[in-house]
Amino acid sequence: MKKTLFDKVWDKHVVQQIDQGPDVLFIDRHMVHEVTSPVAFLGLKNRKIKAMYPERTFATADHNTPTINQHLPVMDPLSAKQLDALEKNAAEHGISFWGLGHEKNGIVHVVGPEYGITVPGATIVCGDSHTSTHGAFGAIAFGIGTSEVEMVLSTQCILQPKPKKMRITINGALQKGVTPKDVALFIISKLTTSGATGYFVEYDGDVFKNMTMEGRMTLCNLSIEMGARGGMIAPDEKTFHYIKDREFTPKGAAWNKAMNYWQELYTDDGAKFDKEFLFYGNEIEPMITFGTNPGMGIGISKSIPKANTIEGGADTYQKSLNYMGYNEGDSMIGKEIDFVFVGSCTNGRIEDFRAFAKIVEGRKKAENVTAWLVPGSHNVEKAIKDEGLLDILEASGFELREPGCSACLAMNDDKVPKGKYAVSTSNRNFEGRQGPGSRTLLASPIMAAAAAVTGKVTDPRTLIN
Amino acid sequence: MAYDKFDILKSTAVPLPIENVDTDQIIPARFLKATERVGFGENLFRDWCYNSDNSPKTDFILNNDTYSGKILVGGKNFGSGSSREHAAWAIYDYGFRCVVSSFFADIFKNNCLNIGVLPVQVSPEFLQQIFSAIEANPKCFFSIDLPKQKISIDYSGISESFHINPYKKANMTNGFDDIDYLLNIKREIKKFAQDTPL
Ligand code: SF4
Repeated sequence: MKKTLFDKVWDKHVVQQIDQGPDVLFIDRHMVHEVTSPVAFLGLKNRKIKAMYPERTFATADHNTPTINQHLPVMDPLSAKQLDALEKNAAEHGISFWGLGHEKNGIVHVVGPEYGITVPGATIVCGDSHTSTHGAFGAIAFGIGTSEVEMVLSTQCILQPKPKKMRITINGALQKGVTPKDVALFIISKLTTSGATGYFVEYDGDVFKNMTMEGRMTLCNLSIEMGARGGMIAPDEKTFHYIKDREFTPKGAAWNKAMNYWQELYTDDGAKFDKEFLFYGNEIEPMITFGTNPGMGIGISKSIPKANTIEGGADTYQKSLNYMGYNEGDSMIGKEIDFVFVGSCTNGRIEDFRAFAKIVEGRKKAENVTAWLVPGSHNVEKAIKDEGLLDILEASGFELREPGCSACLAMNDDKVPKGKYAVSTSNRNFEGRQGPGSRTLLASPIMAAAAAVTGKVTDPRTLIN
Repeated sequence: MAYDKFDILKSTAVPLPIENVDTDQIIPARFLKATERVGFGENLFRDWCYNSDNSPKTDFILNNDTYSGKILVGGKNFGSGSSREHAAWAIYDYGFRCVVSSFFADIFKNNCLNIGVLPVQVSPEFLQQIFSAIEANPKCFFSIDLPKQKISIDYSGISESFHINPYKKANMTNGFDDIDYLLNIKREIKKFAQDTPL
């Protein structure tokens, strides 16, 4: 039978099919962080059991860690308690733990690929919805709830009905100034935030084939924002090259064995999808969001759509514009902004900081803008320094913070104040996501850079030489 | 046994006719710092319930005594956003046992089923009828019959059937959870693990 990439990986991991029920799916790699795990560990304790395969689980602290003075004790007592709980739980169950200050510490979805925890054809889960990031390597990766974290810790399996399959193909080439983030925001604006609910997405076509691994991660990361369980891209030479020799990737004979499996990982000609979309690269402009969900995005040259052209409730739409302080028909260009946030598992990798630095080089940060530049991991932080990007950033008036999720979900002190506008490279512009009352404009690192140096929303293409 | 058995629920309902209610609204991230599963109900829809000085927003439905019950009725695409099970815990802890909408986000729906909150997906038309019924009479009762997979508006008798995976249904009616099931097949899992390529 002809199979899709998704089928091949899924079927390889089914331990048992429950009659009229979900599949019992074996999980190869499990990532854990401090926020969604404590209650799961408590569950194990109540059942008096230990993690079944601790070597398949990796723990890092990221969600509520501070991004300055990480060498000092964490001030917020609740955050400190969660971090402490993770450290203890990891030790008790024999799980690798990369806590605050550890050289491998960083955002869970940034460090996974950096150390080769993420490999093609694997099943990867984490109690965080952006686990879909790891799909960039041809893995089935998705976010789970805390009950499921407990399942994986205790049995290395979860129960999952097999999702439907969707393929999104984008052919042709991208225009100048259009980044993977723009491609993702474009797709979500077309499909809406629920357009792929119930589906697992495969991305295919020239645009994805030509993307770097970092770009593919940005893209797969945002799959969840269209409602999909996850998204994946077939592994290719670029993928194998990226993962080779990383700490946790298979070595020697194990590598060859894995390669045999990995080389089969592509969608067979004629395999069937439940739904397909086709777009062209030249349709896509640099994108920015104007509303309170990631589907409310437009090309930078367009104006905010009129309520009567929108599918769905006009009341909900109007509520969202009111929250943002915008009107239908407004142009986004020239809108005032207060904050710029570069970071998160969406756009907190080295390539993102390179792109940001390229735009700000030789320019100055605008006076009215507070900028938070937060690397996704220590590894990224180190590269920023080693490549000389830090010098460029500092010369332009920017500071670099220490790694973590930071203002992506504002669980630490990095909160955008009420009513203020932030151009953010993260993934969610929900009401209050970046702090109570905050207003978020999602965009690419170069759109963020253009905003940071001009002090307002600016088409980044006007700043590219 | 992980949670109360779910059989037939008869209750009034609280209407929330807003679309795309996301998990950051259900429970804002700053309330996720607990290490135990207690007290989440207090912060359900926190920023819609309270002003920044912690005074209640009187126009929000949960602050309106007219509406109460164990059923929460939301607009389309309920529960989008993060995988935080805390969203489902907050709903459960507040006292809801069932959420009705015309469309649910995936992970949220799974999380609900895993902790004993029944997500009932109805047609957009039926959802409208529910909202209208509550508007006409906030004290009107609804029946949610899990064994028969049927939701009805009691005074008019109008009903609709809903879908639920048979395995999940059995779990909910018995109050079992998935971990009980998985722990029972540990030996098979071990055998399977020996042959995995990764
Ligand atoms: S950066 Fe944001 S989306 Fe990514 S793992 Fe952290 S909180 Fe989740």
